Amino acid sequence: MTNSFDDLESAGCIFAIGTNTTACHPLIATRIYRAKERGARVIVADPRHTQLGDMADLCVHHRLGSDVALLNGMMHWIIENGWHDKDYIAARTEGFEEMAAVLAEYTPRRVEEITGVPAADIEKMAELYATCGPAALLYAMGITQHTTGVDNVKSCCNIALLCGNVGVAGGGVNPLRGQNNVQGACDMGGLPNVFTGYQPVSDPAVVEKFSKAWGRPLSSKPGMTITDMIAAMLDGRIKALYVIGENPKLSDPDWNHLQHALNRLDLLVVQELFLSETAQIADVVLPAASVAEKDGTFTNSERRCSRIHKAIEPVGNALADWEIVCRLSTAMGYPMDYPGGPEQIFDEMAALTPKSYAGMSYARMGLDGLQWPCPSADHPGTPILHTRGCTRGPGKFHAIAYQDPAEMPDEEFPYFLTTGRMFAHFHTGTMTRISRHLDAEQRTGYVTIHPDDAQRLEIAEGDLVAITSRRGQMEAPARISADVPPGNLFLPIHFGENPANMLTSADAFDPLAKIPEFKVSAVRIAKARAA
Amino acid sequence: MDLKFVPSICSYCGTGCGVLFEVLDGELVGTLPMKTHPVNHGKLCIKGWNLHEHVNSPLRLKHPLVKTFGRFTKVDWDKAIGVATDRLKAVIAAHGPDSVGILVSAKMTNEENYLAQKFARAVIGTNNVDHCARL
Repeated sequence: MTNSFDDLESAGCIFAIGTNTTACHPLIATRIYRAKERGARVIVADPRHTQLGDMADLCVHHRLGSDVALLNGMMHWIIENGWHDKDYIAARTEGFEEMAAVLAEYTPRRVEEITGVPAADIEKMAELYATCGPAALLYAMGITQHTTGVDNVKSCCNIALLCGNVGVAGGGVNPLRGQNNVQGACDMGGLPNVFTGYQPVSDPAVVEKFSKAWGRPLSSKPGMTITDMIAAMLDGRIKALYVIGENPKLSDPDWNHLQHALNRLDLLVVQELFLSETAQIADVVLPAASVAEKDGTFTNSERRCSRIHKAIEPVGNALADWEIVCRLSTAMGYPMDYPGGPEQIFDEMAALTPKSYAGMSYARMGLDGLQWPCPSADHPGTPILHTRGCTRGPGKFHAIAYQDPAEMPDEEFPYFLTTGRMFAHFHTGTMTRISRHLDAEQRTGYVTIHPDDAQRLEIAEGDLVAITSRRGQMEAPARISADVPPGNLFLPIHFGENPANMLTSADAFDPLAKIPEFKVSAVRIAKARAA
Repeated sequence: MDLKFVPSICSYCGTGCGVLFEVLDGELVGTLPMKTHPVNHGKLCIKGWNLHEHVNSPLRLKHPLVKTFGRFTKVDWDKAIGVATDRLKAVIAAHGPDSVGILVSAKMTNEENYLAQKFARAVIGTNNVDHCARL
């Protein structure tokens, strides 16, 4: 997030697109409700009807995968009416003319044809966003999990820059992170192309710095993303996989394809809390300590790095992940020993990460944590990014044309399928389905289907529905609801016995970010068995 | 009776709510919202309130496991680390360091992510490091 949770409450307008915030980030949704109480206008855009849509001033349901067109249509109308922030654009951005040339084609009428959102609503959204500022834009995986994920994100940045909403209180471009430490895992260099703090592996000076600190020669060749690794397992370039705290067998696209890839490995090591679907097929399983059984830090969506404290001893012989890595490393001939524990590891990392974490320490974090960038020990942390201009220099507009998703419904596969989370469960369900109170909320998977479609196919509530895509077939009980538009289905991703990723595609991903298009697949359905 | 409240952060979504683990005589018995925390101001969602339940699950893995002839055997740490590293070394010797992939985790701490990518880059010798950010 460029801005912070507290800051959301000072927004004049909140625009939530591709985020089911009340279900997936309930305590962030609280901020939206509070902002609304203070008079902020709320716009919600989502192909499904969500709870947030009920409280919005304006709620639209654009067709799956049509985000770029919707945002371009809003920007077209903003420029047409002269609502854009001309001083801000002149002083702090570049590329406006090129973008405006592309936007000229996206009239509300044309965008209505692509997105299914009435032109009058597009015009109203544009007016609210541009004239009730500062406007905070919020998004989640509904924006990113597309073949055009990068285009979608850039379009969100375009509209924020257009109305002068980057670097100001109550504004910003605010992705809501789906996992407790996804921000931290990225910040720590858990990516194939960067070390900590996004220092590129392709920069010889950076490689030399880390090489010197770690006492080993390092490769300057960027590695493979998870998407590339799966292809490489299939053709034999990857022979061993070490998986920590992740259940790719359920979470990755195209179950059959992935199964085939994992089967070809010479060695699969899985480090886990539970015997997950992925751990079950491992050669070696290493039991890890849970959040309550160790010390360390997590970094949240608003870049806040906070402490976790060890409350109890690990169960059985489980060890903290850092201790397991130290043992593996030592056995591989590179002794790793941190008698000072996680604090000593943090200090080593901070010293190598000058721009963002260098000024942080356990002593400074206290109970509230610190928000990066925090470059020096006397720096208070940074609640809002880009306040003195964008970090890269002028804010860059990108001219982006709309493209269809990789798969659109056709005669053979006439339904749109989208996937996501529901409120009581988390991701592949390994942590929540074994929790008594959460399991009681939702015990089984389901597929949401519109009443018109259900009626036509003679599907009643609870009937087992067979869903087939070009990749495979699975079954789930029907939940009949007008929360999905006619011709659309929704599957939650938490349930191994109704695996949504049996249907999704491993070939449809964003060319730059390599993020799979979990949000759009084409499927056909049939009643499998009455309830 | 020894009752203590240990401050921590919820390990579900990316909001990062402050929690207090309620520990009674060394046992984790509950999760409470941290009233003063700047993220959640004393509130939690249903997952947060039940955070301790996954920690206490009887299904938690308690011993390292090694698979031989299709079946898992409980082993001690030295054995598990020995098997994993012997086989990793064999793969690297035969196919080079770039034949190894490492998936670090958006569920573990910053310190652990830092060490895991250091392990990949300095010990294995590959940049094939990624995690579930895209999923």
